[in-house]
Amino acid sequence: MFARTAASVAVIFTLAVFDGAAAQTANQPPDTMAARVEACTPCHGNKGEGTSDVYFPRLAGKPAGYLYNQLLAFRSGRRKYPPMNYLLEFLPDPYLEAMAEYFAGEHPPLPQPAPSEVSKEVLAQGELLATSGDASRNIPACVSCHGPALAGMQPGIPGLLGLRAAYISAQLGAWRYGTRTAKSPDCMQVVAGHLTEADVTAVAAWLATRPAPANPAPAPKGTYALPFGCGSQPN
Amino acid sequence: MGSKLSITLLALAALTTAAQAQDKSQSNTNDIIARGEYLARAGDCTACHTAPEGRLFAGGRAMPTPFGTLYTSNITPDPDTGIGKWSADDFYKTMHSGRFPDGGLIYPAMPFASYTKVTRADSDAIYAYLRAIAPVSQKNKPHELRFPYDNRQLILGWRTLFFTEGEFKPDPKKSAEWNRGAYLVEGLGHCGMCHSPINALGGTSQSDAFKGGLIPMQNWYAPSLTSNREAGLGDWSIKDITDLLQTGVSMRGVVYGPMAEVVHNSLQYLNDEDTRAMAVYLKGIAEGSSPPPAATALPTTETSLLISLGKTVYDRHCASCHGTQGEGKPPHWPPLANNQSIEMQSAVNPIRMVLNGGYPPGTKGNPMPYGMPPFAGLLSDNEIAAVVSYIRTAWGNRGTPVSAREANELRSAPLN
Ligand code: HEC
Ligand code: HEC
Ligand code: HEC
Ligand code: HEC
Ligand code: HEC
Repeated sequence: MFARTAASVAVIFTLAVFDGAAAQTANQPPDTMAARVEACTPCHGNKGEGTSDVYFPRLAGKPAGYLYNQLLAFRSGRRKYPPMNYLLEFLPDPYLEAMAEYFAGEHPPLPQPAPSEVSKEVLAQGELLATSGDASRNIPACVSCHGPALAGMQPGIPGLLGLRAAYISAQLGAWRYGTRTAKSPDCMQVVAGHLTEADVTAVAAWLATRPAPANPAPAPKGTYALPFGCGSQPN
Repeated sequence: MGSKLSITLLALAALTTAAQAQDKSQSNTNDIIARGEYLARAGDCTACHTAPEGRLFAGGRAMPTPFGTLYTSNITPDPDTGIGKWSADDFYKTMHSGRFPDGGLIYPAMPFASYTKVTRADSDAIYAYLRAIAPVSQKNKPHELRFPYDNRQLILGWRTLFFTEGEFKPDPKKSAEWNRGAYLVEGLGHCGMCHSPINALGGTSQSDAFKGGLIPMQNWYAPSLTSNREAGLGDWSIKDITDLLQTGVSMRGVVYGPMAEVVHNSLQYLNDEDTRAMAVYLKGIAEGSSPPPAATALPTTETSLLISLGKTVYDRHCASCHGTQGEGKPPHWPPLANNQSIEMQSAVNPIRMVLNGGYPPGTKGNPMPYGMPPFAGLLSDNEIAAVVSYIRTAWGNRGTPVSAREANELRSAPLN
């Protein structure tokens, strides 16, 4: 009851504020995050769904903590993509956090999986690596961290669905060559370090063929234990 | 009895004064350190002396120059790798004379040619602040300069041509506010380091101070602060100038590129009085308009084709933010009509703006700025040239058209 009253009071109050604001700011851009990230959307899509460029990743629905870590890394130049390094250079932490939360909160549908250009055998090898890993070569299953539905886990582990093969293999390559790093201990560097070029092709191709799961939301923090520690996923 | 009491009272009084004096000197020291921190902000020491993700003032930041790469020094109070063993005199010698404690010559990439104007008291305050920050043990990286520039004796030639040692001398004919602004702009602000034509030796000459120039290695044009056809602020209101300096955006235009860094690291922290003083001075040094820019080298038929393509591109990609008449929605979406920063003779900045987009800096006064997307991947060289030609000449703007080649050349300009 109290909450209700409070809520309706809040609504009235908000409306009043909005009215005044609208009158005053007729000649101002909308006071929304959507208007503030218009610099990002030509590359990432209006709701962060991605664009036709296979190297431009989807942002929508990934854990906010993960997106924030990436924005910090682009701002400092630790993760390199000059057009983004440049845009973020003089933006403060709370603003980057707000951007991360904005894209994390958008839920446009996942794209149709793309038909794969690789053979059935390669896809099967990719599936094996992703779901079981290869203990003989110290490769953990990707699902052991990215989750059984590959939807990721709050706050720091991204889902791997809705990404194109080209993007995934570029990222794994970047970890292998040390041009992408994450907070230490950088578990993805360990994982990528054990993959061969053929593994990368296979696992990237298989991931890109996955249909959207029923629930693409990242699992809550602590839903499952990781096989080893990741700096981006505090426990 | 009476005398005893008075002695006790006296003793008590003495004690309290001693305690008070100690308190006072403590709070004095704290005041000086706080002042030093403020002045270090005004001097933007952190822009050069803190590396990305590095510790505060531990140096190691690479500074590309036409002569090779310089690495900035550790200026934390670490005794072995920083300036922990320096005296206040040593520090003043660096700021004022551009020399190391042993008399060795400092490269002018450290802006001592401006800092020489800083008073001894202000230098001492910065010194006190730098003594009070956390020491960081981190060895200075050796510079990587090409022969013959690795020879510090060459600095002597530069100093003869471009360096005049000496503290700021107030102009008695001007107001105290104007003089305070001049002191900050010419001294700690080292605005002339970018806003002056830079010659092959990497120096700025006194007579050309604040006349504008292309910043080497970065390919940004720092406009003249004296000509109203560039960034001369003669016809700006004081409020628009202080807004620009303090928040990065204003009703007249916004900052971007290297100037965004200056506002982000330095100017946003200056108090209202100092910001106003700078605005008064900047408005005061603006000269009458210089002669109109040279006519375009492009043939007329080509120009009119360019401009009509430019209008198409503009209406499709730009008008949603900057308005069909270039009116914008200031301060967040800047106006392009009557915006000096795009009409200047040099078209480097508007071309780069369209190629790279940008955000004004996030500041206390504007913590969540609006941004502009980069168009490098969306538009061809010809379309970039067309839209830039259009905004430079539409709505009464008095700039000149630009060629596709100019647009193409700037695609490879470094982004950081
Ligand atoms: C010119 C195109 C472009 C623009 C503009 C752009 N991005 Fe990106 N973004 C990319 C590319 C390409 C990558 C992948 C870079 C790489 O290879 O590591 C990326 C990566 C990211 C990532 C990491 C995604 C992940 O899953 O790891 C985030 C978060 C992000 N961008 C947010 C933004 C935000 C916020 C903006 C606006 C302020 C923005 N981007 C503007 C192209 C762009
Ligand atoms: C030990 C846990 C762990 C395992 C196992 C693991 N990952 Fe990751 N992965 C992470 C974490 C944590 C991140 C986020 C790193 C960061 O903050 O940048 C990540 C990020 C990624 C990304 C970047 C996503 C993007 O949007 O840019 C890709 C791609 C990826 N992992 C692929 C894989 C593949 C393929 C496998 C299996 C071969 C795998 N991962 C196994 C923990 C793991
Ligand atoms: C535009 C970049 C830049 C800015 C701004 C700058 N410095 Fe420097 N500074 C340098 C460079 C480069 C060197 C190294 C010069 C050399 O080796 O000759 C240096 C050297 C020094 C040194 C000598 C230390 C040593 O042991 O080598 C001191 C002290 C110093 N700076 C203090 C400051 C202070 C204080 C400020 C702010 C008021 C400041 N600097 C701002 C670039 C800068
Ligand atoms: C690192 C180089 C650099 C330094 C140092 C620098 N500027 Fe700038 N400044 C630029 C560049 C580049 C531009 C053009 C981009 C822009 O307009 O924001 C510019 C633009 C400006 C403008 C015009 C803005 C507009 O919208 O027309 C003003 C005014 C200005 N600077 C004042 C100053 C003052 C005052 C200082 C010293 C406190 C200073 N600058 C220090 C590089 C610099
Ligand atoms: C989403 C809104 C948006 C769109 C679309 C947009 N801009 Fe901008 N523009 C901005 C913002 C915000 C700034 C300030 C950026 C900064 O300070 O780094 C800006 C700055 C500029 C400037 C520098 C203005 C100044 O004061 O010096 C120019 C020139 C410019 N834009 C031209 C264009 C052109 C040409 C197009 C189309 C090709 C375009 N813009 C599209 C929002 C936009």
